[in-house]
Amino acid sequence: MNASLRFRAAVVSIVLFAAFLGIWHLATRSTGAVGNMSPEYAKLMGLTATQGKSAMPGPLDVGAKLWEHLRQPFYDNGPNDKGLGIQLGYSIARVGLGYLLAVIVAIPLGFLIGMSPLISRAIDPFIQILKPISPLAWMPLALYTIKDSSISAIFVIFICSVWPMLLNTAFGVAAVRKEWINVARTLEVGTVRRAFTVILPAAAPTILTGMRISIGIAWLVIVAAEMLVGGTGIGYFVWNEWNNLSITNVIIAILMIGIVGMLLDQILARFTRMVTFPE
Amino acid sequence: MTDKFISIEGIARRYPGAGGGETTIFEDLWLSMKRGEFGCVIGHSGCGKTTVLNILAGLDQPSAGAVIVDGQAIEGTSLDRAVIFQSHALLPWRTVLGNVAYAVTSKWRNWDRAKVKAHAQKFIDLVGLTGSEHKRPSELSGGMKQRVGIARALSITPKIMLMDEPFSALDALTRGTLQDEVRRICLETGQTAFMITHDVDEAIYLADKIFLMTNGPGAVLAEIVENPLPKDRGRIDLHRHPLYYAVRNHIVDFLVSRSKTFAATVTDHDPRNVPVVRPGKPELVVAADAEDSIEASWPSVARPTTSSQG
Repeated sequence: MNASLRFRAAVVSIVLFAAFLGIWHLATRSTGAVGNMSPEYAKLMGLTATQGKSAMPGPLDVGAKLWEHLRQPFYDNGPNDKGLGIQLGYSIARVGLGYLLAVIVAIPLGFLIGMSPLISRAIDPFIQILKPISPLAWMPLALYTIKDSSISAIFVIFICSVWPMLLNTAFGVAAVRKEWINVARTLEVGTVRRAFTVILPAAAPTILTGMRISIGIAWLVIVAAEMLVGGTGIGYFVWNEWNNLSITNVIIAILMIGIVGMLLDQILARFTRMVTFPE
Repeated sequence: MTDKFISIEGIARRYPGAGGGETTIFEDLWLSMKRGEFGCVIGHSGCGKTTVLNILAGLDQPSAGAVIVDGQAIEGTSLDRAVIFQSHALLPWRTVLGNVAYAVTSKWRNWDRAKVKAHAQKFIDLVGLTGSEHKRPSELSGGMKQRVGIARALSITPKIMLMDEPFSALDALTRGTLQDEVRRICLETGQTAFMITHDVDEAIYLADKIFLMTNGPGAVLAEIVENPLPKDRGRIDLHRHPLYYAVRNHIVDFLVSRSKTFAATVTDHDPRNVPVVRPGKPELVVAADAEDSIEASWPSVARPTTSSQG
């Protein structure tokens, strides 16, 4: 029953995908010779003018280009011509660094906020004001103080991924069941051991949920940040290919951003499942 | 100090009430228990039973007074006083063995893994959970979970076991089995135990002393009922014992009527010298008093007096 549902869902998915490709292909194909023009002129004008082909690349163009990228993901022909793998690698590295910094800051701080009502109230106004700030608004300030565009991008990733983790950790820690804390208290478990053996495992699912939200936001923001700072990364690649008017490459980059984002999310989802306990 | 292993001395609990005043849950509560005794507190909801137990456990502080255990005033929680929680409070991410081992390592921090495991296993076997060591709490029934809670409490070999309505969430059959287990373990190990319950039969079966509390706020310990039933009582024929209904009626009478009217009718109540009642004996005075007030509302039915049954 379950397997057959999965099978049917897969069939429907494939049908939808095929329909999408078909419509895309039909919408962008050549419609035939538009008019009579001298062969030399036609050669200059290209297929768009002579054959009525859409300026938007069709699925076959994108597929061919994608194949080219996948065959050679790590080539490096200078600053403006690097393989898709290298660009994605830069982006993932930036996200990873900024995210890791955010984990290092947010989880201990979240613990503190969750465990101490005083700290919680004292820090709350700062969080409330800082949280809604678009991470890109920090960019000029970061560029001015850090004076390095690459590190500024990492800082932006840090600042955007810190909030969900911080709030979820604080909430998870504060919401640990009183009875579990009481168990630790009656067993005379010290504060540090209690934090690691009771509060951390009890709050872990909530913390991981925050981390999963954060990685999603970080991956959203890195594209925009790299468009601004330039140089390397998938966001820069998108903008660079737009400047080259290579819509094919832009589409491929969009696809790649989606796939990497999904993989990052799945990794965190797997971690979340590992720490989730049934009650 | 052998006759006063646990001594609750004049504790009170007050909460800041609405409009600046204070709500007193209970005040000037004195209570003592001998080593190896099984004490049960019975009273209606809101009389502060759980607060008394939490104070005894060290999870809560009294607003006034002190608790002395084994000659020492208690300060906070202690591994000497194990608590069995009403909601079992197992750590759901640990297995049965993990939950018990957590308590064992908390008490003996330098024990190696094998020793901890062997010790925990001993108590898992004791409560009859052999074979379920590696299950998680979510895979266990309510009764089995509470068994783990009992094993965890016993594994640290506490001086006192504190139980906050440990069986109230269980079905009647499971409750009966677990009562048997607790009674067997307490008798075998000479464990001192303090339990809160709503269940009169449970109290009669398990307890040596039953502490009756009046209704809150302003609850007091009204009297101490000494259980007159023999120490080797069994659950099967408990209700056939000639004194069973004497005790039971006495407690039920208290819960039904006297717990409400106690503060108004008894004016010379001395909280430091709470009357000890042993139902079924001729010198039962307080119970006879109670009889009058009840017969007024039930005049046509001749109830056997508590003393005539004995």
